[in-house]
Amino acid sequence: MKSNNMLLKLLSLMIVSSVLIASCGTAAPATTAPADATDAPEATTAPATEASTGKMYDGVTIDILTFVGPQVAEPLQRRGPDFTELTGATVNIITVPNSELYQKVLTDAVSGTNAYDGYLFAPSWVVDFAPAGLIEDLTPYVEADAALEWDDVAPFFRDFNSYDGKVYSIPLDGDMHMVYYRIDSLEEAGLEPPKTWDDYLAVAKALNGKDLNGDGEGDYGSCISKAPGQQAYWWIWSIAAPYIQSQGTSQGPFFNTTDMTPLVNNDAFKRALEVYKETGLYGPPDETNQGVGDSRGLFLQGRCALTMDWGDIGPLAIDPANSKVIDKTGAISNPGSTEVLDWATGKLVACDATTCPYAVDGVNHAPFASFGGWAGAVNAAVDQKQKDAAYAFFSYMAQPAQSNADVVVGSTGYNPFRISQFENLQPWIDAGFSQVAAEQYLNGIKESFDSPNMAADLRIPKNHEYIQVELDRILAEYIAGNLTTDEAAQQLYDSWETITEDAGRDEQLTFYKGTLGQK
Amino acid sequence: MDTENEEPQPFRLHTIISSAADRLAGSIFILPTVLALLFLSIFPLIASLYLSLAKFDIAPGGFKFTFVGLRNYKKLFTGSEGTHFLGDFAPSTSLTWIVFGLVIIALAIFLARYFLSSNVSIGGLIGRILLTLGLGMLTWMLIHTLWNGGRLGTASTTLVYVFVGIFFQYILGLGLAMLTVQNLPGRRFFRVIFLLPMMITPVGVAYMFRMLTDTSKGPFTPIWQGLGLTDFSWVNNAWGARTAILIGDIWQWTPFMFIVLVAALESQSVEPVEAATVDGANSWQIFQHITWPAILPVSMTLILIRLIEAFKIVDLPNVMTNGGPGTATQSLTYHAYINWRALDLGSSAAVAYMLLFLVTFFSMIFVNLIRHRTVEAL
Repeated sequence: MKSNNMLLKLLSLMIVSSVLIASCGTAAPATTAPADATDAPEATTAPATEASTGKMYDGVTIDILTFVGPQVAEPLQRRGPDFTELTGATVNIITVPNSELYQKVLTDAVSGTNAYDGYLFAPSWVVDFAPAGLIEDLTPYVEADAALEWDDVAPFFRDFNSYDGKVYSIPLDGDMHMVYYRIDSLEEAGLEPPKTWDDYLAVAKALNGKDLNGDGEGDYGSCISKAPGQQAYWWIWSIAAPYIQSQGTSQGPFFNTTDMTPLVNNDAFKRALEVYKETGLYGPPDETNQGVGDSRGLFLQGRCALTMDWGDIGPLAIDPANSKVIDKTGAISNPGSTEVLDWATGKLVACDATTCPYAVDGVNHAPFASFGGWAGAVNAAVDQKQKDAAYAFFSYMAQPAQSNADVVVGSTGYNPFRISQFENLQPWIDAGFSQVAAEQYLNGIKESFDSPNMAADLRIPKNHEYIQVELDRILAEYIAGNLTTDEAAQQLYDSWETITEDAGRDEQLTFYKGTLGQK
Repeated sequence: MDTENEEPQPFRLHTIISSAADRLAGSIFILPTVLALLFLSIFPLIASLYLSLAKFDIAPGGFKFTFVGLRNYKKLFTGSEGTHFLGDFAPSTSLTWIVFGLVIIALAIFLARYFLSSNVSIGGLIGRILLTLGLGMLTWMLIHTLWNGGRLGTASTTLVYVFVGIFFQYILGLGLAMLTVQNLPGRRFFRVIFLLPMMITPVGVAYMFRMLTDTSKGPFTPIWQGLGLTDFSWVNNAWGARTAILIGDIWQWTPFMFIVLVAALESQSVEPVEAATVDGANSWQIFQHITWPAILPVSMTLILIRLIEAFKIVDLPNVMTNGGPGTATQSLTYHAYINWRALDLGSSAAVAYMLLFLVTFFSMIFVNLIRHRTVEAL
């Protein structure tokens, strides 16, 4: 009996030891070769050309991470099977909320998980990921890819998707803020489309409470979303840019290029804060909790006289299924200001030939290329075949055959980014635009891109922290009435200074000046 | 003799192995559990403690952590995250000094009574001093942020969610439980109906309440219109938004209180109730002297479980209000989540540690001072 007990104990100990040893043995994670962004791709011939000659990616599955749809992700999902048919590669689209995308991409890449082969994200993040070697240098791919027609991509987007002279992401979308207005309502009230932000407030105030859609109820003068964690931090820069930047695109609206101090604690940015807050007086009651989808929906339902948005509203407004403002929607480049910032004193001064060299009729415009458009980047740490297939997919999506069809459909969330898309009106007319509406819409965007004083979005390391974290939080507090204008400007200045100090002032200044084309 | 001397050898080996196995078996059998606990619980706790003392940065080829000492905690208490975490403190007034003075006097009496009692221990004394300091600081924070122009931070907002939420959840849960243990028609049906909110994912509840509180698009729009409230939004006002979130939270978690209290009520002896009824006791007297003492131990445990759980609220403020207006509806977990999302992992871990501290602090107060005394008093 005793012997049996001992045997039982020994047996038990052996089993437990085996389990422990086995579990230790299986605990080692699968490792992936470290990323080396300088490695040239094995295949440098145009993937699209190769793809068209045979199913060269048979058996390859690519996982692409992007923002939760329906827009933006929808074209990827819809065209995935076509790409599979063409190349053999299976495409999985994984979506996360916009506010989590940056963190998801970074966690995936820096932790070595590498669950995703490609990312469709904000090209302004390239400056965070490229120096760390987390995303692939796509220059050799682009150079060998005739089907992409890279020269047809507008110069601004070619530059915005590059870092240190190399291409790191492929644009599928071009983004520029514009103001949309109700042609019928303004005409009826004898009002002109706003040229300045003061005009914008005046028009919004005049039309607020009027019945704009004929349902017998009062509607809103302005709809610009203000929810925290959404798009507020972009709208504010559209308003602030013409007050701060007047000497051309290379001046930049975010930081002083002599010492990297933020350009937010001055009369110009404070005026922008006041304008943004005042638009809320003429908007829906829960605007502080609305994202762009809500304000866009209200405009399309005919409930807003004015709104600010990317290019999406143009194609959405002609969709009879969702729009009550067909042929009633006007689009203009963002309003400007008759006063601009004197960088030396921090005060607003009147526009003249010196202070506003690019002014039109005495109004300084600085249209804001907010966000920069959705762009595809390839994970540098995945297998070469995966990289090739991921690039091929982004190239396929960006090629004129696909892109020209996608940008004319509002629900895709993609806006024009190719030169030919601005020049050739036929696809727009085929999609349902009238000749006049297409011309007006495209001119509104093109005018912004062609502006010598266009303001580009911030594109330096930690731009996510400057804009989407600190600015978002302080703006939310300001809109909620918890901070005065002076307090908000001071808090933003202090928090941006902290980030700059953390990241290294000289390094950040060099980056910032580099993105503006300054030396 | 030689044979006798040699024979015990295998026996001794046998004995040694047997006794060693006896001694080691217990330790080795629990080793997998200990390792699992260390791996899943203790190690993350230590790792996140290090995270809270470090700064995360992207670096070539991956990332790096730089040790920064207590900088993340300093940022929470006195730095750029101060108003976000602790709130915006209003200037002290005579009223705030009076309230604070009364609380300090009550805490001093509590300490003095313990000190003068017969069973003073070092551990007990240290615990009570810490408790007094903690409650004093929390009182200072709350009286300076709750009114008079102050603004709640994520710490105070979380305390509001926890204590107001649990209070109403318990009262409503008890009321519903009392109703459904009566012999009323349809009580079984209503028991199932009352349980449903708990089965729904919190995100679903949040979206539902976001829709319900929308005065211009939600299903209650006709009612809001009838009341002339179409130009009103719950979420434009800090307390309106917090109230909306509290209503959602109470709606979801009252069933948890309800179902446990139903079980507690049904498990109490019938005899004392019958005896009391025969003796002429009214319903209130029966509840006060028989039912309440019977369900009190269960209630205390129930509240403790909800207390720990309620501190982690995040889904409702995230979906219903995005934490707004401003940061008015952000809880501590949401605060940590925002910092984590911004890849400020150090601050995020520091907020998470402050949450852990608060949960532990209130749980210990509850267990040591309230639950023990209440249950022992029965």
